[in-house]
Amino acid sequence: MNIIRTAACGTLESSDALITVAPGDGLQISIQSVVLRQFGAQIEASVRDVLRELEVTGAIITVEDRGAVDCVLRARCETALRRAAKEE
Amino acid sequence: MTKLKSTLRSALEAAGLTSGMTVSFHHHLRNGDHVLNMVLDEAAAMGIKNLTLQASSIFPVHAPLIGHIQSGVVTGIETAYMSGPVADAISHALLARPVVFRSHGGRAQAIASGRVHIDIAFIAAPCADCAGNLNGLYGPAACGSLGYAFTDARYADCVVAITDHLVPYPAAPASIDETQVDYVVQVPCIGDPGGIVSGTTSVTRDPVGLRIAEYAAQVMASSGLLQEGFSFQTGAGGASLAVTEYLKPLLRARGITAGFGMGGITGAMVDMLENGYVRSLLDVQCFDLRAVASIRDNPAHQEIPALRYAAPIARGSAVDQLSCVVLGATEIDVDFNVNVHTDSSGVILGGSGGHSDTAAGAQLTMIVAPLMRARLPIVVDRVGCISTPGSTVDVLVTQRGIAVHPARRELRDALVAAHLPVYDIHALRDMARRITGTPAVLPHGHRVVGVVEYRDGSLLDQIFALDE
Amino acid sequence: MLRSLLFVPGNSPAMLLNADIHRADGIILDLEDAVAPDQKDAARILVRNAVRTLQYAVQALIIRINPLDTAFCREDLETIVPLRPAFIMPTKVAGEGDIRALDQMLREIERKNGVEEGVTRLLALIETACGIENAYAIARAPRVRALMLGAEDYTADLRAIRSRESGEIAYARSRIVNAARAAGIDAFDTPFTDVNDVDGLLNDAQAARALGFSGKAAISPRHIAGINAAFSPTAAEVRYARQVLDVIEEAQRLGRGAVSLRGKMIDKPIVERARQTLQMAHALNMEVDEL
Repeated sequence: MNIIRTAACGTLESSDALITVAPGDGLQISIQSVVLRQFGAQIEASVRDVLRELEVTGAIITVEDRGAVDCVLRARCETALRRAAKEE
Repeated sequence: MTKLKSTLRSALEAAGLTSGMTVSFHHHLRNGDHVLNMVLDEAAAMGIKNLTLQASSIFPVHAPLIGHIQSGVVTGIETAYMSGPVADAISHALLARPVVFRSHGGRAQAIASGRVHIDIAFIAAPCADCAGNLNGLYGPAACGSLGYAFTDARYADCVVAITDHLVPYPAAPASIDETQVDYVVQVPCIGDPGGIVSGTTSVTRDPVGLRIAEYAAQVMASSGLLQEGFSFQTGAGGASLAVTEYLKPLLRARGITAGFGMGGITGAMVDMLENGYVRSLLDVQCFDLRAVASIRDNPAHQEIPALRYAAPIARGSAVDQLSCVVLGATEIDVDFNVNVHTDSSGVILGGSGGHSDTAAGAQLTMIVAPLMRARLPIVVDRVGCISTPGSTVDVLVTQRGIAVHPARRELRDALVAAHLPVYDIHALRDMARRITGTPAVLPHGHRVVGVVEYRDGSLLDQIFALDE
Repeated sequence: MLRSLLFVPGNSPAMLLNADIHRADGIILDLEDAVAPDQKDAARILVRNAVRTLQYAVQALIIRINPLDTAFCREDLETIVPLRPAFIMPTKVAGEGDIRALDQMLREIERKNGVEEGVTRLLALIETACGIENAYAIARAPRVRALMLGAEDYTADLRAIRSRESGEIAYARSRIVNAARAAGIDAFDTPFTDVNDVDGLLNDAQAARALGFSGKAAISPRHIAGINAAFSPTAAEVRYARQVLDVIEEAQRLGRGAVSLRGKMIDKPIVERARQTLQMAHALNMEVDEL
């Protein structure tokens, strides 16, 4: 999947995450989270999982997490990537 | 000689405030309190240093305290609860001496037994006369009960009442009377009514909180305790307060009148009193205007001192008469130890208040909490800080299941028989973790910034500085 | 037994996480009205992940999809069909033709996803004047296992005035129940829209039960208890049903023909109703013998 534009998905409400995707070379992932100390590594692993599944190799990904559980985080990530790969 | 001083400065001088003293404050004006800041500012201006603050609670409004700590005016804090900027700063090792945390009952006991000595007690007095008779019922800063101020007034070497509502002698009723008060000083304003009590405390509409509250009421109903004379205490927040709504139909259906309701009192409890669900209220603190009006006007709604409310070694205390208490938690571990001092990252955000006192006294101690808060499971392997020992906790109620302390086998059987969703506490932990994942165990710093004393004075746990 | 069906917005993580704690017999995860047009993709993927991970503890998982005449409908189905919900809920179903078109699409998607052809069942939401007139044809169409009345859109279509007493939907309610029962399927009543009016809800649910509805939808968790109560047999009903069956048994043992209880003839419909009541009581774990 090719990331061709900037797109986002999710919200900054509790239990959700706002994930922003932009075109880029290689994978750059930055994570802010209210549970960074407890779940930072798991959040990054999940984001990388979704990138692998969708075969994304170039993207800048910003995660602003408000305590989203894993299945929510992955959904927000997938939607953001699909939006960023979509031709207008 | 008149007790009435014209300025705060002259009152502090008359009281003999000097460096190194222990000064006490009550927290009935909560987040609207002006008195603690006002006294410390004046002390700082007088060049006083090295005070130990014996405050029943510290709120966000007390942020200026940080400056007084940095300048050496205050070098020690002992309290039952702290939240806001001061709590944050303490977690970041602002204060060299660890903060001593006690429960409300433990604090009263420590003062009454002489283990804690107060040089000067400053009593914010919503209504007072020139001789020092005072109450919390009238005036612009009316807060209702003065429960936490009684012990300080009785045992401090010197007592200064600070009021913005001076009435002709004799102020009535005299919750604290002139025999205990040395000086009275009138100031323009002791507190901001908006921060003292809320206009109304409304029962939660959060469906998860309501689900938990309904289960909690069903646990009470199945426990065998719900009989004539049943007594209870609930917290003022969320699910805990909503329990009263589910308790009413149960009492009605069984034709039972509860003997007393206790605690921080809210309009929801007043409603139960006025509608005949409960015969009396024992009030150590009012949370809203309806409670303030009720304690003023209804003889069945009584003000009680912290010592009578919750102290462990007094000749008698009301917590020991409690059938059931409903309490909250920031986390609870698989041994049922409860943390209400720190959040999951170890930052101080509260304190015992009456948590460990009521848990120790009540026949049934119930913790109500959502199974997880955002991504954090409520059940952990080990709490970051033990505020209330697991041996005094009987039941954990979440929206997805109920766990019973293994020592309470008969209670567990009764709940199972009532078709309630009973699980082992480990199963509740795992149920949450299947959705959240397992949180990493966080290292804490090495510096001790708080010690938690149990209500009998023994050391319960320590709070460490955040790992920087 | 589906008495209560709770609508849950499809793009709200906090609500999806607790969708199944409210004692609703079924939940309806909503991809349609509760989701803004520019968030349809997000809701679809979120609901898919939630259903896969959370393993909802409900008798029936239902997913409401976007209308056939929108581009979202097909994408919804592509995502939802592999999850095998108890029902998919199409909206604004106007006639048998809508169901046939949906059936075509479902057939393809089932084939593509290795799902057994024809297993995806539908709970048709009828919310137009046209749909009400065609209710029986819809009820008999392929895959349809239940009907639901959607009164807000329906009354707008009628240009009727919506009221607490609901006289304006009496015809639609009766017609839907009759169509569903004639086709041998379930009928569900429209949600009661005033979240705070618990008495109104109870009256409304009791009226729906009296008309023959199997259950009722809800837009608030606070309505579930009332709906469940209204659609459950009362203790008195269960006691009476038990007595009916007892006297029938006794009569058969003694070889007597005509039977009466409390001075009333017990005929076949009464016995059948008593059996239904006891079945419901058993399904609900009511302690029949103790009553």
